[in-house]
Amino acid sequence: MGVEGIGAKVLRKEDRRFITGMGRYTDDMSVPGMKYAAFVRSPHAHAKITSIDASAARDMPGVIDFLDGQQLKADGIGNIICGWQVNSKDGSPMKMGAYPALADGVVRYVGQPIGIVVADTRNQARDAADAVMIEYEELPVVVKGPDALKDGAPQLHPEAENNLCFDWEIGDEGATAKAFENPAKVIRLDILNNRLSPNPIEPRAALGHYNPAEDHYTCYTTSQNPHVARLVMSAFYNVAPEHKLRVIAPDVGGGFGAKIYIYPEEIVCLWASRRTLVPVKWTSDRTEAFLTDAHGRDHVSKVEMALDENHRITGLRVETIANLGAYMSLFSSATPTYLYATLLSGQYNIPAIYANVKAVYTNTAPVDAYRGAGRPEATYLIERTMETAARELGISPAEFRRINFIRSFPHQTPVIMNYDTGDFEACMEAGMRMADVAGFEERRTEAKSRGKLRGLGMSCYIEACGIAPSKAVGSLGAGVGLWESAEIRVNPVGTIEVLTGSHSHGQGHETTFAQVVSQRFGVPVENVQIVHGDTDKVQFGMGTYGSRSGAVGCSAIVKALDKVEAKAKKIGAHLLEADEGDIVIENGEVKVAGTDKKLAWHEVCLGAYTGHNLPDGMEPGLKEGAFYDPQNFTFPAGCYICEVEVDPDTGVTKIVQFIAADDFGNVINPMIVEGQVHGGLAQGIGQALLEGVNYDESGQLVTASYMDYAMPRAWDLPMFKVETLVTPCTTNPLGLKGCGEAGAIGAPPAVINAITDAIGNNDLTMPATPEKVWNAINAVA
Amino acid sequence: MSTVSMTVNGRKVSGECEDRTLLVHFLRDNLHLTGTHVGCDTSQCGACVVHLDGKSVKSCTMLAVQASGSEVTTIEGIAKGQDLHAVQTAFKEHHGLQCGYCTPGMIMTITDMINRHGSDLDEETVREELDGNICRCTGYHNIVKAALDAASKMGAGQQQVAAE
Repeated sequence: MGVEGIGAKVLRKEDRRFITGMGRYTDDMSVPGMKYAAFVRSPHAHAKITSIDASAARDMPGVIDFLDGQQLKADGIGNIICGWQVNSKDGSPMKMGAYPALADGVVRYVGQPIGIVVADTRNQARDAADAVMIEYEELPVVVKGPDALKDGAPQLHPEAENNLCFDWEIGDEGATAKAFENPAKVIRLDILNNRLSPNPIEPRAALGHYNPAEDHYTCYTTSQNPHVARLVMSAFYNVAPEHKLRVIAPDVGGGFGAKIYIYPEEIVCLWASRRTLVPVKWTSDRTEAFLTDAHGRDHVSKVEMALDENHRITGLRVETIANLGAYMSLFSSATPTYLYATLLSGQYNIPAIYANVKAVYTNTAPVDAYRGAGRPEATYLIERTMETAARELGISPAEFRRINFIRSFPHQTPVIMNYDTGDFEACMEAGMRMADVAGFEERRTEAKSRGKLRGLGMSCYIEACGIAPSKAVGSLGAGVGLWESAEIRVNPVGTIEVLTGSHSHGQGHETTFAQVVSQRFGVPVENVQIVHGDTDKVQFGMGTYGSRSGAVGCSAIVKALDKVEAKAKKIGAHLLEADEGDIVIENGEVKVAGTDKKLAWHEVCLGAYTGHNLPDGMEPGLKEGAFYDPQNFTFPAGCYICEVEVDPDTGVTKIVQFIAADDFGNVINPMIVEGQVHGGLAQGIGQALLEGVNYDESGQLVTASYMDYAMPRAWDLPMFKVETLVTPCTTNPLGLKGCGEAGAIGAPPAVINAITDAIGNNDLTMPATPEKVWNAINAVA
Repeated sequence: MSTVSMTVNGRKVSGECEDRTLLVHFLRDNLHLTGTHVGCDTSQCGACVVHLDGKSVKSCTMLAVQASGSEVTTIEGIAKGQDLHAVQTAFKEHHGLQCGYCTPGMIMTITDMINRHGSDLDEETVREELDGNICRCTGYHNIVKAALDAASKMGAGQQQVAAE
């Protein structure tokens, strides 16, 4: 038992259930009468469906029903939406191809759902799904973003000419062109950002339950934002009225963005439950996850950086082709635009920036936000260019960055963002100290004596979290506000329940949020219960993504705590016959400052509920709610330094040291923050060295299992050295910036810069597999 | 259909299942022991690791009928009442878990590892022998720390206790 507030390393309250096997995930849920679903999916990347014959499947043992897109359409179930309207530079709105939850005549990626079988057992459902006979007329296929724009490319959607969803721009094209008129030097680079699969280890799942007696729907689902799921399923998909739909996201086994979106499967399970009048559960297998979970990244870019004679950056011009996949997913338009190009200024004073992004359809799974969402793409582009520029100028990468760092705040970039605070040089100096950069050349020489190529790479990232001020994102096309809500219920005995619209799927909110409450009133963290993930309990919330739970979710909690504190002080002042302004609440006591007059916290709480002696006109009870809308994004930043050894005979890269010096603003729980950094780094290193989603030319996914898609394993990673520096965020009450994505954002360029430094060839793409590295070594040998 | 009988977490159990039922589904669906998880289809991720006659196995890689007559220990069976197993404690103390989904398999694999290596367990061995367990949250850093700490606390003399 203890009072452990902000900044304390409190062990996690939620751990016990997970380490004893008592966690409760969606697939663990069962309800009486529950049946199992299997989806019939397209084996083709692009085809017309000419006939569907489910007669054999319907006759199989245990089969209750088979449903397809025709019935879905007849029942008025709406198409999948994209929640962010992006306009092309000519002002025309993005061209959205219709995306029914079950295909309507045409399939456009392998794995696209066509129908659902409901049966008594999982195996019966799968057997019957295999027995559904579908005839297809195959159509030509395009899988690469740039290929989709070529003359004669296969066309995916009648709505989108030349497969172009939008042709968007940001920044001042004219001013940027001027910077390239008489530059002292121009750095040019082609940048590929490889396509990834988020891979939470818990596969997606949904249990849809329509109760005809109550005319009420319940959906258990693996969601990072159950309220958004309820809103979208009711308002747009017409599955169930919002007031008659309860969405529960119980323990969720990792998300990383993939569980933000409302996918066809949960919609169809809920609808199928209404059609069949039985509860319907579907659990994805890993291959389905690779085929249908929204992928991330997949950018092809050209970058040009103009420099003056003092090595100052004068302009940056970027052209990007972003692969959207076959259909738009919920935030797929925002990810390669407002979450990407707004960060192209990096940590640097760049007076003129212009970026053009063409988002295109291909016959691949939808692409959307994955841990970092746009900021890893921006950071990789900028930080590889910075390192390249330093090498071409013949000065140290640190010195080149020093010349160009932003040093005064607030700083308005040419691409919308207004950085409130930061100390970029302090992070870099800390990173260089931790990495012993001064001793590197000696280590390189020693490695050479063993026949190894040693390299050092740096990445100074900045990102934007705490999405987002509702008015600002509304003006940029967001279909929703991005505030957060909280409700504080103080019980008569003084224990406290916090209802939050944030959702924890590994982030440890049950601990960190309790620490914030503990700090405020001096109650033990054990006396604080965090409630989330159930739309029947929490009124509304926008959920967890974009590292927003601290900066936005916790700020809502703070706002509600302010209201509880104000009322508790009024009651305390009344009971203690003191002036309200003299009351302080600390260490579990309500005191009159400067006297020995005091009440225990629970006495005041009880007083609020007995109502026997309250100030005139005061309502009984102690419960307050708040909605918090952020004033600005927050801007975590830091410096990562990677040191590698490459074996020139095999091309194998070993990371011998990885340093992270991050500025996340204030920190609630350093243990949890470090854990978030470790996990992000692993995903960033995974992108750099191992991971890549590959489709063949016919649109078949060749990386559809863990035997083909290289997930980072313990053997691939080093122990990390992690430190945090603090410049508190100036725009939220706790000074928090967010730490959930930094590792995945900052790590990839540090790794690639280290390898290219080691091998002396800058022409290298991610993932830097041994084959690619070996070829790169031998191309310059 | 087959009747399968085995001892699970010290209790004799039996149940009816299809011949093709995997051990993991027998544990989850028939016995409602949902702490053992499924994270892939190819025996790669290790979320389903249990102990079969004292050795760690992937319960997605054997049929329930193959385990008939065996002693099976799952994540639900390694604490003694309210007293956590040393590996469970180490995972909590070192923040060796985030979302918790891979955690049961990790704990079962590492317990077996410590049973075999005792307090001699070193970082290189832990990382090498975690080859069959994938975690997407932690970057393994704190899992490795937890494994080494548990190994040093359990020590060689505790091996038999852990194996029970």
